[in-house]
This record gives sequence, C-alpha cells and structure tokens, in this order.
Amino acid sequence: MAETMLSSTPTPETELPSEPARKGFLSRLGRFILQQREASILVVAIVEVIYFQFASSNFITAENIRTIFQFVSATAIIAAGEVMLLICGEIDLSVGHVFALAPFIMYFVNQAGFPLWVGLIAGLLVSALVGLFNGVVTVWFKIPSLISTLGTQFLLNGITLTISGGFPALTPGGGSFNEIMGHGAYSEIVWAVLVMIVVQVILSFTRWGRHTVATGGNLHGASEAGVNVSRVKIGNFMLASTLAGLAGTLEAFRITSIDPLAGGVTIMFSAVAGAVIGGTALTGGLGTVVGAFLGVLAVSILNDGFTLLGVSAYTYDMILGLAILIAMILNVRLRIWREAGRL
Amino acid sequence: MTEAPSQVEYPDAIRTEHIVKRYGAVTALRDVSMHLKRGEVLGLVGDNGAGKSTLIKILTGFVQPTSGTIFVNGEEVKLRSVSHARSLGIETVYQDLALVNELSVYHNMFLNREIRRFPLPFLNNRKMRELARDHLKKMGVNIPSVDVEVARLSGGQRQAIAIARAVYTDAKILLLDEPLAAMGAKEGALILDLIRNLKAIGEVSIIMIAHNYSQVLETCDRVNLLQHGTITFDKPVAETSLDELNELVMREYRVGATKTSTKS
Repeated sequence: MAETMLSSTPTPETELPSEPARKGFLSRLGRFILQQREASILVVAIVEVIYFQFASSNFITAENIRTIFQFVSATAIIAAGEVMLLICGEIDLSVGHVFALAPFIMYFVNQAGFPLWVGLIAGLLVSALVGLFNGVVTVWFKIPSLISTLGTQFLLNGITLTISGGFPALTPGGGSFNEIMGHGAYSEIVWAVLVMIVVQVILSFTRWGRHTVATGGNLHGASEAGVNVSRVKIGNFMLASTLAGLAGTLEAFRITSIDPLAGGVTIMFSAVAGAVIGGTALTGGLGTVVGAFLGVLAVSILNDGFTLLGVSAYTYDMILGLAILIAMILNVRLRIWREAGRL
Repeated sequence: MTEAPSQVEYPDAIRTEHIVKRYGAVTALRDVSMHLKRGEVLGLVGDNGAGKSTLIKILTGFVQPTSGTIFVNGEEVKLRSVSHARSLGIETVYQDLALVNELSVYHNMFLNREIRRFPLPFLNNRKMRELARDHLKKMGVNIPSVDVEVARLSGGQRQAIAIARAVYTDAKILLLDEPLAAMGAKEGALILDLIRNLKAIGEVSIIMIAHNYSQVLETCDRVNLLQHGTITFDKPVAETSLDELNELVMREYRVGATKTSTKS
C-alpha cells in the first residue's frame, strides 16, 4: 500500500519541541502575534483605522463606517465559504458568478408568481446545486478545482447573461422582508457577522469542521481513518456556493437592482485575498473564518481610506498585491517554523 | 475498551497456510505459512524484495493472495478489503502517514470517532482530551500535551500516537511496517518502549517488519525470516542471536550471487 500513498508530510528529524526561549517582551509579543494570525490582522486593521482617522478627519463617521461595512459584508460572506474550501484543499473560482446568478433566479421565480421568499430559497438552492456540480466534477472526475470551477465560472456567466438578456432588473418586493435581507442600513453586516460566527463554529466545534481540516491536511490519512473525504469536499463546495448566492441576494436587496455583471472574478478574488491575508493556506489544512473576515476588513478599510485620501486606485492595487504576496510568504514560513518546532 | 471475546480463544491471532502471490510472471510470495500467537510480538525480517511488504498487504486486505488460506482467530477468512480486515481488528500503521499535522493530538486520536455532546452536534473536546490523555498514559506515550498540533511533535512521537490510536480503535492485530525507519536512536527507543508496553498489557498481537536485527532481538518474542517469498527461519528470539541472523542473510547473499532472485 505504501507506494500508493503520497508522502505529503515531511519527516523532520527534530528533537522534542523545546520550550520557547525566554527572550525580551518584543520577541514574545512577536511570537504571539505570529501564532495568532487573527490577532495580527486585527492589529493591522486597528493601525489602519488610527492612521486614516489622523490623515482624514471624516474617517470615523457613521456614514463612512456604513460604507466600509458595504465593502466588507458581501465579500466576507463569500470568504467564509471559500475558507472552508481552501482548508479542505480546494478552491472555487465561480463564487462571484453564483453571486450574480442567485438574485436573478429569485427574480424570475418571483415573476412567475411565487412569493419573494420562495424565490430567495430557489436562488439559494440553485447556488447549492452549482456547488454540488463543482464538487462532483472535481471529486469524481478528479479535475483540479482551479480548472473545474474556472469552467463553471464562464458557464454561469453565460447563463446569467442569457436569462437576464444582459439587462439589470429591479429587485422586487419591499418592506421589512427587504430590510432584513440586506436593504436595512446594517442588515448586511449583521448577516456577515452571523455567517462568520456560524461557519467558524462549524469549523472549530463540529465533526464536519475537523474532517475538513483533516481532508486538507492529510487527504490519504483522513480517508484511511474512514473520513469520507469526497463528501467533505462536495459539501464544502455546496456551502461556499450557497453563501455566495446569499451574498449576491443580500447585495441585490441593498442596491435595489440586480446586475448580471455584479460580483464576478473581482469579488471572488477579493474574498480569496481576504482569506489568504487572514492566514488561510492555499495548500489546505490551515485557516480560520474569523481570520478571513478580518482579512477582508483590513483590505476594505485600506480601500476606503485611500478613497477618502484621494489616493489613486492604482496605488491601492499595488499595495493589495504586495499584501497578498507578503501574507503568502508569511504563511509558508509559518508552516515551516511550526513544523520545525520553532514557534 | 476491550471486551473479552465471546468465542473460544484460539492460540493464533493470525495463521496463514501456503500463501502464494503472483503478479503476472513475477512470484512475490512462493509459499508462506506463518502464524502469530495471541499477545505475541513477531519480528519479520528479510531483504528488500523478499516479499515482506506483499505479505503485509495481504494480511491488511489491500491485495488478495493468488492462493492459500488465512485464519483470523481460528476462522478461515478471505480478506476482501482494508476495511474488511480492519473490521476483524487488523490494522496497519504506516510511518507518519496516518496523522493530520494540523489537528491536535486528541483530535487525531478521535479522528472519525469524535465524541459529541449529544443531542447537540458539537464536539465534546473535554471528554476526548481526557480519554486521549488517559489512553496515552496507559500506553506509556509521553508527549508535552494532547492539545498540541501533531506538526509540532517529533517523528517518533507521531508514530507512537498513530500506534496508540490504532490500539484505541480496537485493533487486535497490529502490523507495523518498519516503525523505526528514518528515526534516531532516541526516537526509536520511544517506539520500542511502546511496543514493550503493548506486549505487557497483552491486548494486541503485533507483526513488526524491521531491518535492525538487534532491535528485533530486543523487542520481539519470535523472529521470522522471509527469503525469496517463503519463511526460511522461525525461532523464538531467546534461541537465536545476532550472529545467527547475520549469517543466514549473508549466506543468502552469497547464494543469491549465483541465482536470480524474485522481486516483490
């Protein structure tokens, strides 16, 4: 059996991990921050807030905080699902297009005479089916998800443009349903925080979460232990896709129109970037939902602050690019240091 | 954790009779008749290509023999698959491949057997932590804490945890494929101590493939030498010596120089 196993884990000839040497306060603080990636991203976000508040007096205002929440919410919801996929060793590039498709499904089901909530559920169901499709194609046909979801992404874009005729539609309904489902001033961020908490609890405190980590950390070992790794992967594809559909629907309620070109690869890559900056490794096994949320938050604050300061969007892109690279290098180094027992 | 088996106790945990395995024109096992007594630690030695891995794969249900019979607890069985063998209590522990580095020791111990706070779907981490700690203590496995990620442990500690997990999940027959490979002396001692502890507890029977004869003599009850797909030597370790084992293998080498050997 040995030759069928991937030697995915290196065997470092290390001694027992020694007690971290007692050094100065700064090095201990540095060690803590490196160990608690969430803490380090939170520090970055707070530093950003302080800087932008000094640089532009109207940074901490109700108005601007709402703007930041708008930036954060939809992306953070997508990132929560994407983190689960990344941890189990997969990625979904099509979430941005599920984001655009789901509200159209809701719209057309509503147009066909069904209540709006039925439409909403139909939209989420279709999103889940897209996830199922992605998962099945990836797992059963053994196609890397980078490729399979790249295909789905074009497919979905075509479908959305076809059923919408390429034109935006007005979000139907009104009243408290719409307020709750994203139109209310803070409703979207409340959804985002709820999703973050629920998915983080799933990841940390349920079998599903532990099996997700096991699947991404050691695929062969997990399946040897009897974990149904295919089911874990397909399930997380469905989760990521459903959350993307939810994010798209909330966004449609917020801006009161449904745009066939909404979301797309931009929001998908923002979500992946947030996840990576928040400490998720693209190699699987590592990451947290809270980290991804904070990653998205840090990026959004940066974006908003630069806009307030009148810094060019090009500069923002350069900084975002560097931030992703630094985060990735840090992720890889951290993993090596951990396995060598140096952290 | 272990209930007394209801059926009559057979002296042999595993017994094979005339196992043959051919891969096309290649004969990996010519005729293997061996047995593993209950509670015994059997050292399986032999050169690369002698067929040790093939034999382990057959006992683990991963490949099926071309002919021959296998008895588990005195009952003739056809091991259809790894999970079938596992359901009979046969478990293989491969070095460093079984554990998930990113999970804590106790989550690894309970992987796919997690305890939950019924009726809630949440994990009962406290309970699992306690049970893991107790079990490792009973096995004599020393680690800093069951909370640490497995990635932070040494190769020997990881191997020890993998073995302890197999025992915890009711494995009765452990197949250890070179449990000491790529390990320093200190690390190796940790595993040998664990095997001795398991022997003292007496709940499992172990077949251990090893290259180092002195470790086999030190740890095992009996040693079998596999040469060219058949068992050529079977003695309790008390009745043999390092010199005898070395001599046997040297003789094989000298004969082998004039004869083509089979490959597994």
